Amino acid sequence: MKLFDYMGYEIIEKIKSREITILDLIQSTFDMIESTDHILHSFVSLSKKNAFKKAKEYDLSLKKGKNIGRLYGLPLANKDLICIKGFPTTCASKILEGYISPYNAFVIDRLLHQEGAIHIGNTNMDEFAMGGSTENSCYGPTYNPWDISRVPGGSSGGSAAAVSSGQSIFALGSDTGGSVRCPAAFCGVVGLKPTYGRVSRYGLIAFANSLDQIGPITKCVYDSALMLEIISGKDPLDSTSVDLNIDKYTEEIKKPIEKKIIGVPKEFFGEGIDKEVMGSINKSIKKLESLGASIVEISIPHLEYTIATYYLLCMCEASSNLARYDGLRYGKVSTDPSNDVYDAFSKTRGENFGPEVRRRIYLGTYALSAGYYNMFYIKALKVRSLIRRDFIEAFKKCDSLVCPTMPSTAFKVGSLIEDPLEMYTQDILTCSVNLAGIPALSIPCGFDSNNLPIGFQIIGDYFDEKGILNIGYQLEQELGIFRKTPPLISGGK
Amino acid sequence: MEVSNLSDQDSVVIIGLEVHIQLTNLKTKLFCSCSNDYRNTEPNTYVCPICLGLPGSLPVINEKTIDFATRLALALECDINHQFWFFRKNYHYPDLPKGFQISQYNKAGGKAFADGGKITVRLNNHKKDIKLNRIHLEEDPARLVHKGSIASSPFTLVDYNRSGVCLIEIVTEPVISSPEEAREFLKQLKSIVQYTGISNLELEGSVRVDANISIKGHDRSEVKNINSFREVERALRHEIIRQKNAIKRGKVLIQETRHWDDKRKITISLRSKEFEEDYRYFPEQDLGPIEIDDKFIQDVKEYLPEMPTERALRLRREYMLSEFDSENLVLDKRIADFYEAGANADPTFGSKEYKQYCNWLMNNISGWLNEHNLTIDKTNLSPKQIGDLIKYIREGKITSKIAKSFIEDIMQGTSVSQIIKERGRTRLSDENIIKKTCKDVIEENPLIVSDFFKNSKALEALIGRVMAKTKGQADPNLTREIMSDLLKNN
Repeated sequence: MKLFDYMGYEIIEKIKSREITILDLIQSTFDMIESTDHILHSFVSLSKKNAFKKAKEYDLSLKKGKNIGRLYGLPLANKDLICIKGFPTTCASKILEGYISPYNAFVIDRLLHQEGAIHIGNTNMDEFAMGGSTENSCYGPTYNPWDISRVPGGSSGGSAAAVSSGQSIFALGSDTGGSVRCPAAFCGVVGLKPTYGRVSRYGLIAFANSLDQIGPITKCVYDSALMLEIISGKDPLDSTSVDLNIDKYTEEIKKPIEKKIIGVPKEFFGEGIDKEVMGSINKSIKKLESLGASIVEISIPHLEYTIATYYLLCMCEASSNLARYDGLRYGKVSTDPSNDVYDAFSKTRGENFGPEVRRRIYLGTYALSAGYYNMFYIKALKVRSLIRRDFIEAFKKCDSLVCPTMPSTAFKVGSLIEDPLEMYTQDILTCSVNLAGIPALSIPCGFDSNNLPIGFQIIGDYFDEKGILNIGYQLEQELGIFRKTPPLISGGK
Repeated sequence: MEVSNLSDQDSVVIIGLEVHIQLTNLKTKLFCSCSNDYRNTEPNTYVCPICLGLPGSLPVINEKTIDFATRLALALECDINHQFWFFRKNYHYPDLPKGFQISQYNKAGGKAFADGGKITVRLNNHKKDIKLNRIHLEEDPARLVHKGSIASSPFTLVDYNRSGVCLIEIVTEPVISSPEEAREFLKQLKSIVQYTGISNLELEGSVRVDANISIKGHDRSEVKNINSFREVERALRHEIIRQKNAIKRGKVLIQETRHWDDKRKITISLRSKEFEEDYRYFPEQDLGPIEIDDKFIQDVKEYLPEMPTERALRLRREYMLSEFDSENLVLDKRIADFYEAGANADPTFGSKEYKQYCNWLMNNISGWLNEHNLTIDKTNLSPKQIGDLIKYIREGKITSKIAKSFIEDIMQGTSVSQIIKERGRTRLSDENIIKKTCKDVIEENPLIVSDFFKNSKALEALIGRVMAKTKGQADPNLTREIMSDLLKNN
């Protein structure tokens, strides 16, 4: 058995018992990256030298009996929009070429400096997290480890591919409309989008700041629970982070689920869901029933408006959040000479933002403009509160909701990139969760006839990560497929 | 300058002001913990990821700004909004590191910090309430630095030390009817701000004013970039004349934004209405809604000091001052504090001395301060010194004229008794010496003496000679008496 066959918590035990050293772990991590990343292209930058230095340092500290934190040198793949001091952070955009953050994101301080994880590199993504396939990257696409002709999902595609292929034990992603859950589903790993406010966004480069949330991508639910315990909590530098007790998720998940009432939102099972996906989801729902949970049908009546609402709001916010990239203080500047400052800004932005980012800035700017604001932005806010209310009503009748994460399994690279609207509808099952601000988990629940993973989504009430991780863990144990690795690393089984 | 032959309507001026004040008495900026005290610092050193708008940074409200804004809102009698969101005002400019300014907006579902309010001004002995529209909080952009004037500078430098400093904007209704009224309004506003303790408006760059000006029946212009209270009156005068001249020549005024060029003292057109920017205001969701409850407002009210209007009333009552004197005295809190300390220090002082004390402060001392461009707290003058002057004059030890010649010395902190001792300038009231001097003067000036019988004013000339001989020390009343006697008996 190779190291990448183990879960994060198992590797921690091996290091604690000195069965392996942290240096062994980091060495095998980079061996794996070097043997696979020319095929997958999960990473946009590596931190090899620093990772080895840290590994040796931590091994020495352990030898001396010092505490190095709960993660014992576990390798972290970081999405390229979470700031790490002294390391390039580009959001997979030309406009941030050469930008090095002078400070650490809150989650980075927690994971690296408090709990002893080791940063191995930054992962590929859709530019500024805008996309669902990791094709909108200035570095080119990432490929799915289960079938390299397919996309890994997005926008955190590099992170999901890295964990799925054993290049990293865990990764960070960000989820604005499904950007953690979609790639987790497509790559057969576990992706968690916490409640808005559960995890500090300080140091997360904003796409749509009322929707963005950082979440872990891991091989199993236990690892996800462990990461959430570490990255949750009030941060004085993020006014929207919430001061609530953090549950002991790693213990809570092991509780039985026999008293749970699980809702099946009928609108999430409508047209456009792939038959094989539907079959696998229904089978998993039966498993939950067999574990003692009761299943009830639930309605989220405003689901049909979520795509329009979500895209309007995220584009409006993006148009403002991305206004700061003008090349004046940092990032890439147009080499075409300009005579005035507006001309210089326009050239820099026009040349260095990719087409999808430009499209969203144009549309968002348009929708916020005088005369359109009430028609678009205000209306979308109203629908958003209706959707929020739908979920609040639903959680009066059940503990959690279950449904597919994605309408289908991973699609072919290049198949949707020319059709933005079709690409946008891929978010139909994930983005309502961001509009409501509630937590959701995606775990692998089966494979289609192409041996592509299928994601099972569990949606929870506000701050009930405990509940959805609990259901996810019990289902994962019952299904018993979480150790299955993609053919790329298991030798084409 | 021309302007004449305008109809009555064409002479009605309508002015509205937007006054931006930095809250210089805050320790830190509006949304980060960088120091607010950016003046005379190395450029771009008082900055952090938040006020530089670096990717991934988030704003956090400085709670003290809410306290400060509440103080001003209470002092201006505004209605404070109990809950509001900050809004983003989106536009690109090199001084704006995020590409938007975090501000407040009273449309599109937004609210100002406080609505309404007023400032009472007095002009030509007539009182008028200038009604306010609202006050709101926003962040200051960075400072742009040019070599010489903007137009001719070969470069623009950006200093982000100012970026994120808290501004409060006071917006009046369009009810100001002359540049003089605007000047009086700003004088009162400055005084109120000083009393609330939220800002020191004497610091350079702590005030910026935009003015909306129109002649009744015509489109308005907005004059931006008036960077001191002093310049406002000047800019308004210029703009009114420009508009009136245009109307007189039959031109149609257009709604436009103009720039006050403080070097050339003229306004220049920047853009007309059709090119006005659309700021695409929408809520700043990185900050939650700000909530202000009644208890908080009550607490602020309790420690809010007495405001100038109340104080003027009290001074009239307690020191029997005229309305004019008391209103002038309270304008600068430091002067008023000085006055009360001095007037109260001597139990023998009554209404006469109170009035004298006020005159000393408002005339001689204020004159000296203006001349030296100093404020009273920056001198070594103590309240007791003015009291001593008044006492010595009352006791006949010095004349007021002599007392006035002491000002330079007392400003340095020298006590009045010390000055008298050193200069020997006590009042000469020895009858024999005065009589002898008078006789000398009569002998030396036969022509003036002969004049005396035709023109009684010659007496003043002779007294003047006595004063000159005694270096101003002769008691003027005694001298007049003796001189008159001598002349009559001559």
